[in-house]
This record gives sequence, C-alpha cells and structure tokens, in this order.
Amino acid sequence: MSQKTLFEKVWERHEVVPETADTPAVLYIDLHLIHEVTTPQAFTLLREQNLKVRRPDRILATMDHSTPTTTEEIFGRIPIRMESAAQQIHKLEDNCREFGIELLGMTHKDRGIVHIIGPELGATQPGKTIVCGDSHTATHGAFGALAFGIGTTEVGHVLATQSLLQRRPKTLAINVKGRLPAGVAAKDLILAIIGKIGVGGGTGHVIEYRGEAISALSMDERMTICNMSIEAGARAGMIAPDETTFEYLNGRPKAPQGAAWDKAVAAWRELKSDAGARFDREVDIDASALEPMITYGTHPGMVLPISGSVPTKPDDPAFAKALNYMGMTPGERLLDKPINIVFIGSCTNARLSDIQLAARVIKGHKVAAGVRMLVVPGSQQIKHAAEALGLDKIFLDAGAEWRESGCSMCIGMNGDLAGKGEYVVSTSNRNFEGRQGQGARTLLASPATAAAAAIRGRITDPRQFL
Amino acid sequence: MPYPQNTSQSYEMQPIKSVKSRTVVLPSTDIDTDQIIPARFLRTTTKEGLGKQLFSDWRYDANGTPKTDFVLNLPESQGAAILVAGNNFGCGSSREHAPWALMDFGIRAVISTEIADIFSSNALKNGLLPLVIDKATHAWLMEHPGADVEIDLETTTLKLPDGKSVKFPIEAFARYCLLNGIDELGYLLNQDDAISRHERAYP
Repeated sequence: MSQKTLFEKVWERHEVVPETADTPAVLYIDLHLIHEVTTPQAFTLLREQNLKVRRPDRILATMDHSTPTTTEEIFGRIPIRMESAAQQIHKLEDNCREFGIELLGMTHKDRGIVHIIGPELGATQPGKTIVCGDSHTATHGAFGALAFGIGTTEVGHVLATQSLLQRRPKTLAINVKGRLPAGVAAKDLILAIIGKIGVGGGTGHVIEYRGEAISALSMDERMTICNMSIEAGARAGMIAPDETTFEYLNGRPKAPQGAAWDKAVAAWRELKSDAGARFDREVDIDASALEPMITYGTHPGMVLPISGSVPTKPDDPAFAKALNYMGMTPGERLLDKPINIVFIGSCTNARLSDIQLAARVIKGHKVAAGVRMLVVPGSQQIKHAAEALGLDKIFLDAGAEWRESGCSMCIGMNGDLAGKGEYVVSTSNRNFEGRQGQGARTLLASPATAAAAAIRGRITDPRQFL
Repeated sequence: MPYPQNTSQSYEMQPIKSVKSRTVVLPSTDIDTDQIIPARFLRTTTKEGLGKQLFSDWRYDANGTPKTDFVLNLPESQGAAILVAGNNFGCGSSREHAPWALMDFGIRAVISTEIADIFSSNALKNGLLPLVIDKATHAWLMEHPGADVEIDLETTTLKLPDGKSVKFPIEAFARYCLLNGIDELGYLLNQDDAISRHERAYP
C-alpha cells in the first residue's frame, strides 16, 4: 500500500483537493509554459472576466510555433512576412507586458522551442507539475516531472488559479530491456514503442519508461522518448531522475543553487517508483533487437524497421487510404525510395546532440542533387553552441540551410513548408496528412537517418555513415 | 453537494440537456486534430469563425471548391449535429481550435469507440459532447449514416431509432457543469483558500 509509482508521488504532492466521485482533483501547477499560438484567447477570457494572473512568477513565455526561421525576419531587418503570425507575436508581447510575465521574445538569446528552453534553462525539474498549451509538453517528463499538454480554456484556468481540474490517469510501465545497438537512436526506440502499443495505446494513461536501456540514455535522448508519449495517446511520459538528470541540471540558471541545490537533489532522489509499486498496465520491449526505424504511413504507429517492406492489408480501407496519400504500395521496400526534403528540427530532435549526430553523418558529403535539407536548431542557445563547434559550416558546406530556432517545418504554420507529393524525411513527431504542408508526405526518422537520406536522396540505413 | 452556484465570475454557458439530430458518418480511424483544423489556420487570436476551415484539406480542392464526394459536403449531411467517427478520434495536438471549429460548423457531439484525452477534455469545456460507446452500437451507427438519434445527458444514454438505448460514460463534474450551464473556472476560483494553503505548504 505504501509502495508508490513515480507518477503517484508527484501527483499526490500536488493535490490541492483530492478527487471524489463527483469532482476531479484540483491539481497545483508548478510551471506554466506559454507560447503565442494557444494563449491569446485565454488572455482575452481573463480580461473579459476581470481576472488577474495568479502567479506570473510561475510562468515562462516564448514564441516558436508561428515564428519565421529566417535571420532577417527574426531580427527585424525585414518585416515578418505573414501578417497573421506577426499579430500573434505582438499579442503575446502585449499580454506578457500587461500581466507581468517573463517573455523570451523574438530577439532574446534564450528564445527557442518551448519544450527545449524549459530544460535548457533549468526551469524543468524533477517532481514538478508542468503544463503548456501544446501536446508535446510530455517532453519535460524526462526529468521526472508530471508534464502534459492542455487546451486554451485550461491555459486560462492555470493563468487565473495556478491549478487545474484533473481526473487521475492510469499508469503504464514500459520496461525497456537490453541496450540500444550502435547506430540505433532514442528516436528509433520511441517509434518502435509506438509501433508496438499503437497510436491510441496510451490513451488515459501516464507512461513511465524504465529499464536498462532508458537509464543508459542521455537527457537529450530521454526528452526524445518522453516527447512522443502523446503519439501513443498518453498525455504524459515520465522517467525517474538519476545522476544523469542531476548532472544535466546542475548550474543551469533556473535550477536551485548552492545549499538549495543539495536539498533539492536529496528530495529528487526519492522520485522513483518503489520496488513492488503496481502499474495498471506493463509492456516489455527489447532494445537490443531494434534497428533504425522509419514511418511509411499517416500516423506514427505506421512504422517499420528501415530494412522493412510496406505491409499488405487487403481488407483495411483506412490503411489503403493512408498508402494512397503516401504514394506507397503494399510490399514496397522502403530502402532506396527517393525523397525530396530532409528536415532536422522540432522539439523531438533539435537539441545539440541531435544536430551533432546529423553533422557527423553529413560531414564531408553533399546534399544530393535536387534535395533540400533544412536544419533548424531547437533554441538560440543550441544554435550558438552548434556554431561554436563549427557545425553550421558542415551543413552549409554540404548545401543545407541553417536557420534560426523555431518549430519550423514540424508544423508548417510559419512559412517553412513542403510541397504537395513531396517526401520529407523528418526528425519531427507527426506524419499526419498535410502536417508539413498540404499534400506533403512525412517519413519520421532519427537525425542520423534523416542526414543519411540527404546524402543519397533516398531512404538510407544511416549505419553505413556512422 | 460540493458544487458552487454559478458565480458572477462564471462565463455564461447555455445548459445542455440533450442533443437530438441526424448523424453524419466519417468512417476514418485515428482522425487527428491536424485534419480537423490544419495548423495554418491557427494563426488567429480569437475562437470565432473556424467552422469554414473544419476538415479543410478533406472538404475543399486546391482551388478552394468544396469536394462533392466528401461526406460533410453532401446535401443530406447539412444540419446534422452529431458526428460518428472511427476509433481514436481527435488524436494529436492539444489545439482547442479543433472543438471550436466543430462547434462553429454546427457539430454538438462526436461519437466513437475511443476519443483522445486532450480533445475530449477540450470538447467538454466548449459544450461539445465526446461520446465513447460500445463497438456493436458504433458499428451500427457507422453503417446507418443519417440515423436519428438522441443523446440524453441527464440519463447518460444514447437513444437509437429503434427505441433502444445505450449508456455512455462521461466525467461527473463535466456533466454537472454542462447540465447547469456552469463554467469550471468558477469552481476553481472558489478553491482559492485551499490553493493558498498549498502554496504556503510548498513555496
């Protein structure tokens, strides 16, 4: 009875009022991340009801989704091309000013994708409850935080009360045995997990990723794993904090400092599922048996080992529709299929180690003729760190584009778009129809697989370049 | 009851007791929020007017002309307020623009065998009923587009044309708020003392 899961420990510590049959729990929120796209209507609600922001000190704002990625637009040398994006950006500036919220705005050195800057600044910490009007908030669970995406109405609730009404979700343990083989990335592991449990397999659950393979991952890799929890239907994914977590956070500007740091780490060491704690469900997966993965359909569960062939499902109209959209045929081999665009970016895979991995693959090669390669760092800090290592030069010499940080072609609402029918090998998280542009065909993969595809202009096993 | 009366701060919502309508059937599974409302329409700062962009890439051709074979464009679909869709409806992003677009278009309920968590939560806050029902009833509805059905929120039953009823689950507090036209924010604001105590205990 006293044995608790990591999720239960974090949940119970944040229950302002526990749930009853009639009412959900009132859950306290430690950190509220906001951005320009899902907040304007929430601030409008506050004004209409004459409400204050309860804890502006617990909010961190940035702009990423609709922001352009060209240097000229970001630094104001030319106006933002899309008027509607400019309006959202200015609205967020006004709202943050009016309500006293810290904003890492367009030209700020710490601006970036909301789920990248939270950890980077040390604002994301073990044991916190973290929300944002974005489904990839699950990313922050890599630190042992309970982090999940919310809608705009709920953004308003958190602005006004620093709390949310929530039913307690179920728990799902994903036990990852063995170690990832050389040349197989965290992205391949999470794609394999989604392929195994399905895009609705985690609905109603919080996932805890555990096991030898998970403990061996860096924080960047753990974030890639937790990030895509929502692609399995789970609002949140968590990994118990350990020395890797503490080492990452130590010295970051928003992390505790000095004596407060030691005290925090002592408390964080308790944040793990007790031996014998019960999960509602458990799933086992063997990391050592995996190879690089790539999607072939219109949701992340339609995924295969890169050496695989498109399955045959004669009586499944949804499957046929997806293949038709993707221009794929049953039985078709994925390797060597020609592609048009490579996108390295997004909250899934635009951290420094992702960019280093892609650079390692492409160094000394050229982007294939007729292929466009776009590299978009996850934050301005990552951009500058990569430039200090000369990685921008490697990409530029290869013929790739090197941009300012933002969500870019992951969501295609900022000017970075793929065309109808074009194949994009993308390190992002969603291969839904039209996600990267109307009619665009997304193939989700790791940074290494994406970079290898850029070199050959075809779907390629990255291990030959590693 | 622990519930608050409608406070002066509460947002005006119309009470919802039932939804009675013909159905429109969208048989695809895993319909994600990028299909419901593509991201390029999220560069807005209001909730209004999103209905014209609902299912935009399925509804219109490249010139913006409605596709005559898409189910929402069929004459018999006009005015239908209940959408029956394949398993795992509303997966993907947290955009509340998805329920806003459905509501603006005139949809008042979505019926499936599974509905994504964030979509479901967002829908309930906007008076859009997300109904998860058993596979057999769902299969019947999928095969009978245009069926006249009634969703009774007081008894939490879906009434079928043959007079049969099936129960559906719905979160108790959300149901209470919908039936009484109460906004959940009013309830949360009334928890101020408890929230302050929590903040003092865990600064």
